[in-house]
Amino acid sequence: MFDDVRDLYQEVILDHGQRPRHARRLACYDATAAGDNPMCGDRVRVWLRYAPDGSVAEAAFEGRGCAISIASADLMAETIRGRTQAEIRRLFAGFRATLGSGDPAPQPEPADRDALERLLPLGGVREYPSRVKCATLAWHAVLAALEGDAEETSHE
Amino acid sequence: MNVALRPAAPAFDVERVRAEFPILGQLVRGKKLVFLDSAASAQKPRAVIDAFRDAMETQYANVHRGLHWMSERTTDAYEGTRDVVAGLINARDRTEIVFVRNSTEGINLVANSYGRGVMQPGAAVVISEMEHHSNLVPWQMLRDAHGIELRIVPVTDTGELDMAAFEALLADGRVGLVAITHMSNVLGTYTPAQRIMALAHAHGAKVLLDGSQAVVHRRVDVQALGCDFYVFTGHKLYGPTGIGVLWAKSELLDRMPPWMGGGDMISSVTWERSTWANVPHKFEAGTPAILESVALAAAIRFVQGIGYDAIAAHEASLTAHALDRLAHVEGVRVLGTAPDRGGVVSFTLANAHAHDVATLLDREGIAVRAGNHCAEPLMRRFGVDSTARASFGVYTTHAEIDALADTLDRVRSFFA
Ligand SMILES: Cc1ncc(COP(=O)(O)O)c(C=O)c1O
Repeated sequence: MFDDVRDLYQEVILDHGQRPRHARRLACYDATAAGDNPMCGDRVRVWLRYAPDGSVAEAAFEGRGCAISIASADLMAETIRGRTQAEIRRLFAGFRATLGSGDPAPQPEPADRDALERLLPLGGVREYPSRVKCATLAWHAVLAALEGDAEETSHE
Repeated sequence: MNVALRPAAPAFDVERVRAEFPILGQLVRGKKLVFLDSAASAQKPRAVIDAFRDAMETQYANVHRGLHWMSERTTDAYEGTRDVVAGLINARDRTEIVFVRNSTEGINLVANSYGRGVMQPGAAVVISEMEHHSNLVPWQMLRDAHGIELRIVPVTDTGELDMAAFEALLADGRVGLVAITHMSNVLGTYTPAQRIMALAHAHGAKVLLDGSQAVVHRRVDVQALGCDFYVFTGHKLYGPTGIGVLWAKSELLDRMPPWMGGGDMISSVTWERSTWANVPHKFEAGTPAILESVALAAAIRFVQGIGYDAIAAHEASLTAHALDRLAHVEGVRVLGTAPDRGGVVSFTLANAHAHDVATLLDREGIAVRAGNHCAEPLMRRFGVDSTARASFGVYTTHAEIDALADTLDRVRSFFA
């Protein structure tokens, strides 16, 4: 039943949406920011701890929202680990292209291929324009944290 | 579930009503449209569609300014809607009907004109915890701009106004205005208008009722209610977008300064000063929603043609059926259990976010609203971020509610 929504709710999304691996507050962190989607009431807060070289050593989040937004936050926390701010921006640009939002991606950097592959199941939101912002909420919060902003409201 | 146990009023034939709504024949994602989002905006009957088109094809010009035939006829039609509206809500006088864009504008008009022009700083406005943002934000703005205190009536666990708390808020006699919904767009609760009026008036406060939802489901008689202001919006009453109504007692409208200035609302203009047109025109600056007024009259006649007795009976039957069916879907929690309610049911489903629920229902052609329903404080009151909401209209069938309940059961297993 609902076979035709499997493109949106792929197993990975149902799994990470219901059992996120990175949903916690970091006791020790270097940056944090909240994302808020006033349209639907979804909220997420991300915490980042940096490595000495400035890359993200650890990312975690707490949030309330739909399966898409929680799964996306969880996969975000997983995939940005070990990346620098510039690399995270580049990854987000590639991810948005997967969602059919933002600019079409150039050929992905080899370093991003595995991560984009991991994020690919979220690409199903393409067909549901009102849900794209669910998939990008945590990413906007991360960019705000990287820049030292406290609040980020997603209007995507 | 035996639908036959709950017959609608005998004269009411839902299939005949449905035949009046062309959009209900549409397929959505290859499935029959099950439209359960009328509380956000209702679908339009043929009569409204035709009135709109006929006006453009046969009778259209600007109003109140042309001396020519077309303008005079169009003015008659526009002003004629005032009589139709006055009849709908039993206003004492047609000049008590002010056309606005929607409920939101009606409330903003009262906040800006009555609020700033008649109420004194230091006075208080009482609203409730179950208000739509449109009956909340204008009062916050008035509070900040004009030194008005804002007081909030809490909502009980059953989704009703806490009337003891309401009375206490009125006790110091500083409340100038009570602005409360007549029916909640989230909980479906009808508020106890007579008691609100009695208490407010005993303490010297005027009362504004937000009738955006209420007027759709039951007959409204502003004189019997005894309120001072009443607002509603055309598009929820099977009418067009872009037109709404503010009704207020003449003596209040007379005392209120205009809010917006421009053409149509003046009597004379010189560099030194302008004088205002009479009520209601002093509140209708600029070219009004002419075509929409014609279509609104058609919508009201459509509703009156069915009759509020039949509508109320049909929707009471639908609502009872929905509450019964939803009570048997595992994991469903309905917000609000007030006995006096209209055709709106908000619910959450365990393990599934309201948006995911709405997306899956949509795949089956079932349109519900999901979100905070422009009532964030109320969501917090009930400890939820969002709910799904099914809402009913004259064209809603018991079978559609069965489809909702059956599909919800499948949604539950999908996310289990
Ligand atoms: C109770 C209530 N008040 C006010 C409004 C605002 O109506 P509108 O957006 O037409 O101004 C709505 C509808 O959304 C409503 O349900």
